[in-house]
Amino acid sequence: MGERFLKLMMDILSQPAVLIALISFIGLVLQKKVWSDIIKGTTKSFLGFIVIAAGAGILVGSLEPFGKMFEVAFNVSGVVPNNEAIVAMALTKYGTATALIMFFGMFANIVIARLTRFKYIFLTGHHTLYMACMIAVILVVAGFSGVSLVILGSIVLGFTMAIFPAMAQPFMRKITGHDNVGFGHFSTIGYALSGLVGKAVGKGSKSTEDIKFPKGLGFLRDSSVTIALTMSIIYVIIALFAGADFVEAELSGGTHFLVFALLQAVTFAAGVFVILAGVRLVLAEIVPAFKGISNRLVPNSKPALDCPIVFPYAPNAVLIGFFCSFLGGIVGMFILGWAGAIIILPGVVPHFFTGATAGVFGNATGGVRGATIGSFVNGLLITFIPVFLMPVLGDLGFANTTFSDSDFGATGIILGNLVNWFGATGVWIVVIVGTLLAILPGFFKKDKKTGMSA
Amino acid sequence: MKILAVCGSGLGSSFMLEMNIEDILKELGVTGVEVEHSDLGSATPDMADVFFTAKDIAEGASHLGEMVVLESIIDMDELREKLKAVLQEKGYLS
Repeated sequence: MGERFLKLMMDILSQPAVLIALISFIGLVLQKKVWSDIIKGTTKSFLGFIVIAAGAGILVGSLEPFGKMFEVAFNVSGVVPNNEAIVAMALTKYGTATALIMFFGMFANIVIARLTRFKYIFLTGHHTLYMACMIAVILVVAGFSGVSLVILGSIVLGFTMAIFPAMAQPFMRKITGHDNVGFGHFSTIGYALSGLVGKAVGKGSKSTEDIKFPKGLGFLRDSSVTIALTMSIIYVIIALFAGADFVEAELSGGTHFLVFALLQAVTFAAGVFVILAGVRLVLAEIVPAFKGISNRLVPNSKPALDCPIVFPYAPNAVLIGFFCSFLGGIVGMFILGWAGAIIILPGVVPHFFTGATAGVFGNATGGVRGATIGSFVNGLLITFIPVFLMPVLGDLGFANTTFSDSDFGATGIILGNLVNWFGATGVWIVVIVGTLLAILPGFFKKDKKTGMSA
Repeated sequence: MKILAVCGSGLGSSFMLEMNIEDILKELGVTGVEVEHSDLGSATPDMADVFFTAKDIAEGASHLGEMVVLESIIDMDELREKLKAVLQEKGYLS
């Protein structure tokens, strides 16, 4: 009987879907929800995780022929960065570590917001999940496991959830005109860079919002549509280069190569859609619990929110940013080709969301010039960073997709190389010292206040 | 009555909007209102009685039924004011 109970506990902790359901259950109970909500929420999270895995299957099925066509066409590997794709694939192997790091990382965020001047609570749950997943991959590949993996990963995640919003805050004040909310989207390095570029080049430049833009581009805001359209273009171009003979003989089972390419492209979009549906189910209960708990424990914190919150402040900069970032992605792609590196193709979702946001940030500091050049720089950045990230992702580095946003790349590159340079002990020392450096100013401040009182 | 918050991916801003609407409903003491969030692609007119969205996405969401467009989805005052108007119109608030 004792053995059976132990097996039950081990399987709960090692099955990510069960673990995520348990996390939701704890969150719902802590919020004192009625029993029907507890049952519904727990079940939805359980279901959501399995839906993500199903989406991964669909997506991998469409990426395999993509990779083969690309190799035949250009003699190098081609990668389409997409967070949902890489995370769904990674969760099949690193799901348990991810779930635990996410769970304890949220607590770390609360503790850090409480004890340091980085008083941000990161509420963009899907990015928390993706960052937890990225950290889990890096640390497992580097040899960490068990308790040390979870503790170290949680501290690192907690810091990313507090520090990146702090980096964006000066620009957020300028964009929104107040200081009530933070910015929570893990491509902050690109946005801050765009803001700095805008400041550097934008003197005298008029605002993007003085431009008259055509209507009718609203459909671009539907992620499923834009993914399907742009992946269709990419797949068809690559199929043309790979040649009808190869595609029809080796991949499509005789189906016309262009029809096959279109079907695979839309299948990719379908996979992303399914994964997003799963992520939505998983997060629907966890984030409100996190928000409620953090509001009580850190009442003076700022919520760090998803990037579309800045879009209404400069709608024209959104479109300008998307196109210029995408252009930067294309230019970056050719530079990589010329350099003989892995080719990072311009994925539409990263260039839309990060480019649009970079456009808004650049416009806030430098008007039209800031928006255009800033988002172009962002496009280059999110094209080059993945090249350096993939080597530290283990076997995930050989997939035809990877993390798309700059903060994932930066965190992964730094963390992965820290382990390579300093080993496991060295990383622990760096993290502990970093934690102390972040916490100490708060205590000194406190002492000073006490001194003044006395 | 059912309210649906809509954004591009159904993950970040619409989720936050849903949580903010829930907070205001609690603050006003209103019950019997169901709130959910969705991505633009999945949203259909039959999913809710009233749809809340940001102005930058409103054009793409014009196929939905009764829509409340927010100038700033992080402005709680605007949200409270517009939510109150909807609740009064529907008879949930005097």
